[in-house]
Amino acid sequence: MTKRREKILLPLLAVLLGFILGSLIVIATGRSPVAMFAAMVKGFSGLDIINDVPWNTRYIGEFVINAMPIILTGLAFAFASRTGLFSIGAEGQLMVGSLAATAVALLVQAPRFIHLPLVLMASILAGALWGAVPGFLKARFNVHEVTVSIMMNYIALHLNNFVILNIFGSQDKVKTAFFPETALLKSPFLQSITRGSRLNWGFIPVILALVVFSFIINKTTFGYSLRAVGYNKDASRYAGMKVNRNIVLSMMIAGAFAGLAGSVITVGTFNFGRAMSAAEGYGFDGIAVALVGGNEASGILFAGMLFGMLKSAQPLMQSQGIPREIAGIIQASIVLFVAMRYGIKMLLERFKKQQAVTADGDRA
Amino acid sequence: MGYIIEMLNITKDFPGIRANDNVTLQVEERSIHALLGENGAGKSTLMSILFGLYKAEQGSIRIRGKEVSIEDPNVATSLGIGMVHQHFKLVQNFTVTENIVLGSEPRKGILLDTRSAEKKVESISKLYGLAVDPRAKIEDISVGMQQRVEILKMLYRDAEILIFDEPTAVLTPQEIHELMQIMRRLVEEGKTIVLITHKLKEIKAVADRCTVLRRGRCVGTVPVASTTEEQMAEMMVGREVNFHVEKGAAAPKDVLLRIRDLDVKNSKGLLGVKKLSLEVRAGEILGLCGIDGNGQTELIQAITGLAKAESGHIFLREKEITNLPIRERLDLGLGHIPEDRHRHGLVLDFNLDENLVLHNYMQRPFASWGVLNKKAIKDNAARLIEEFDVRSGQGAATPARSMSGGNQQKAIVAREIDRSPDVFIVAQPTRGLDVGAIEYIHKRIVAERDKGKAILLASLELDEIMDVSDRIAVIHEGEIVGIVQAAQTDENELGLMMSGSLRKTPKGGQA
Ligand SMILES: Nc1ncnc2c1ncn2[C@@H]1O[C@H](COP(=O)(O)OP(=O)(O)OP(=O)(O)O)[C@@H](O)[C@H]1O
Ligand SMILES: [Mg+2]
Repeated sequence: MTKRREKILLPLLAVLLGFILGSLIVIATGRSPVAMFAAMVKGFSGLDIINDVPWNTRYIGEFVINAMPIILTGLAFAFASRTGLFSIGAEGQLMVGSLAATAVALLVQAPRFIHLPLVLMASILAGALWGAVPGFLKARFNVHEVTVSIMMNYIALHLNNFVILNIFGSQDKVKTAFFPETALLKSPFLQSITRGSRLNWGFIPVILALVVFSFIINKTTFGYSLRAVGYNKDASRYAGMKVNRNIVLSMMIAGAFAGLAGSVITVGTFNFGRAMSAAEGYGFDGIAVALVGGNEASGILFAGMLFGMLKSAQPLMQSQGIPREIAGIIQASIVLFVAMRYGIKMLLERFKKQQAVTADGDRA
Repeated sequence: MGYIIEMLNITKDFPGIRANDNVTLQVEERSIHALLGENGAGKSTLMSILFGLYKAEQGSIRIRGKEVSIEDPNVATSLGIGMVHQHFKLVQNFTVTENIVLGSEPRKGILLDTRSAEKKVESISKLYGLAVDPRAKIEDISVGMQQRVEILKMLYRDAEILIFDEPTAVLTPQEIHELMQIMRRLVEEGKTIVLITHKLKEIKAVADRCTVLRRGRCVGTVPVASTTEEQMAEMMVGREVNFHVEKGAAAPKDVLLRIRDLDVKNSKGLLGVKKLSLEVRAGEILGLCGIDGNGQTELIQAITGLAKAESGHIFLREKEITNLPIRERLDLGLGHIPEDRHRHGLVLDFNLDENLVLHNYMQRPFASWGVLNKKAIKDNAARLIEEFDVRSGQGAATPARSMSGGNQQKAIVAREIDRSPDVFIVAQPTRGLDVGAIEYIHKRIVAERDKGKAILLASLELDEIMDVSDRIAVIHEGEIVGIVQAAQTDENELGLMMSGSLRKTPKGGQA
């Protein structure tokens, strides 16, 4: 098996195994897996393969809405991973990104072509700043980035809530006032072709983020040094690379991706700032997306859409009498199978060996 | 005496290369059988097949006359086969005993029975003269002792067939001597040994028969007693090899590297280098020799910036570099072949071409405006592969991890020599290289000298130091105990100086 093929084949196999496991559980609960798959197909395409109802493009819009933020948080996790860092701070970076977007949306008055980019930039900068803290502490004092990231997540949550409730707070205390239209990613055109879904221009910054990620990592000298540091710090130092600077920059760029996810949600999906009782799990979904996507832009796009689809399918599954948790189980088991890829690879190779042996036997 | 191991017509393919091509190896019981071949000839691969790490595409294996199928190392272990790898596989923060019993721990109920484990380890180590401290942690013991742990690991599992893959590459001459004795003792006790080494002297010293591989093929098997080193070298390289370095007299000029009263701490926090002063001139090779662990590593790391100098000064030309970042030292014309190829020399997960621009990736033509020029990087790799004869399966696109140990080393040496630095710090440059490659690398180092570069050569191989250097500085307990002309010294004098029992102040008065 070549490396490239392996990199594509193994995650696909993991996905397949995840679906098989999900089906088995559905069967065990006495339901039909066909209904489950129908819910999934409808979840991303709006097509109903069982009942004779018209094509509902609304589902496509909602599916994309679900996929966008976790693709971005997936990029965030993957970027840090490439430098050998384990960043679980996307959750908090997303939240400060969202808060910064809220602030700029409410406080600035400008035409849309200025206002909206400002909103997006603000969220990117806020996320980068939030990422810089664990990066700096790691580089300067060798404090583990996981510990700091977790704390930064809590600080972000409470900072967000404090600011929303005390400064931008509106009557009902958990939302801000609605943003002016100039700050929104909203698109009546996209809404109209998806039968009033919340689909918006947010997918454009997401695609740009994918391209930027891939470009930096694969094509630039900076990406080269980040990968070198990720694989072997000692050799990178020996070669004169600035290992500590790379660690801080990598965490900042990772934070920027997550921060952008904050504005894509806040001025895309919603049009007001929100106080939250707890983290919404985008950060952790991002880890799963990056893992399944092999820390590669194309893989993350694929995995983000897969998990976005599973999210969209949940309510549909429930309406078919299939527990919505099944979707979560499938997602978790795919991650598990990806993590077990070396075991799967060994099994595959053993299987191939045996086939080779029997083939030999046939010839003899 | 029958054959205990018979590997018959073995063929093994890797992407882009046939590592073993119809190779047959027959080893007599209770003998030491050497396996010789150029870097990348397929020695490690052949032994990995015997140990169940790889599966051959074709061929069969017989152990004690019985055909076997060695699916994985567990099968090999149950057949009494053990292997010490080219790069050790020990758990750093486990103790010696824990490492030895790992995977077949004696238990008391559900608990690890440390006492009886230690006892068994002790009795085996007594029997074969393998001195280890059973309670020491791996990270705290010398490389030589780590190797004895690897050997004990095999013996603990009752191995009868012991495979050693380049065991002496990382050992000091003293440790090599001890290992040879241990191997003889093992054979007396009824073991059979397969020994991979590039050092013909060692083969002459201990081996009974020797099988030679070249580019995956078996060239032949010869009795060692009646074959000369020159004959073996010729069999393996396919041409005559010149063991002696051809070079003219040195023409030293200005001092390019000047070290004054340097103090450097070692990993234990003690002074590994004490008040050391040294000068290397343009157009000369200064050999640095000493018993391993006497401050060579600390000195080199302080010069190259990998370790901090406690006090003292290092000058490159007139410029003080004592506390400069590594990047700036490189830009001033410093170059370094590191002693630890896996830790410092390579990014194993990068391809060969990426590894060959590790220092220069951001410079033209490899990049412009921060964007990599993949074509230029590939071309550079192709040129160096050709020039230095770096062998691998997929050329520039080979993952460094899958290259043979010697070819990894060649890649590093190629990269550094090609930079042609003014001050060149060279540590163990030929570790793990075959005689043909050593000849070539020495030639290139001398050529750098003749271009007017200042070269500091650190090596544990006395032969290499004496052959290649112009002057030799001997280091003992972090101090230079003497500097002598290479042409006017011998092993004996160097040995006395290395052990600290003789001091020689060089002409000019500084020590
Ligand atoms: N895991 C692997 N994947 C791909 N190619 C490999 C792998 N292991 C070895 N090779 C290739 O097979 C060839 C033989 O390698 P091997 O390690 O057996 O050489 P060797 O004789 O031990 O050399 P050395 O003296 O340098 O250690 C080399 O060209 C190497 O690149
Ligand atoms: Mg080898």
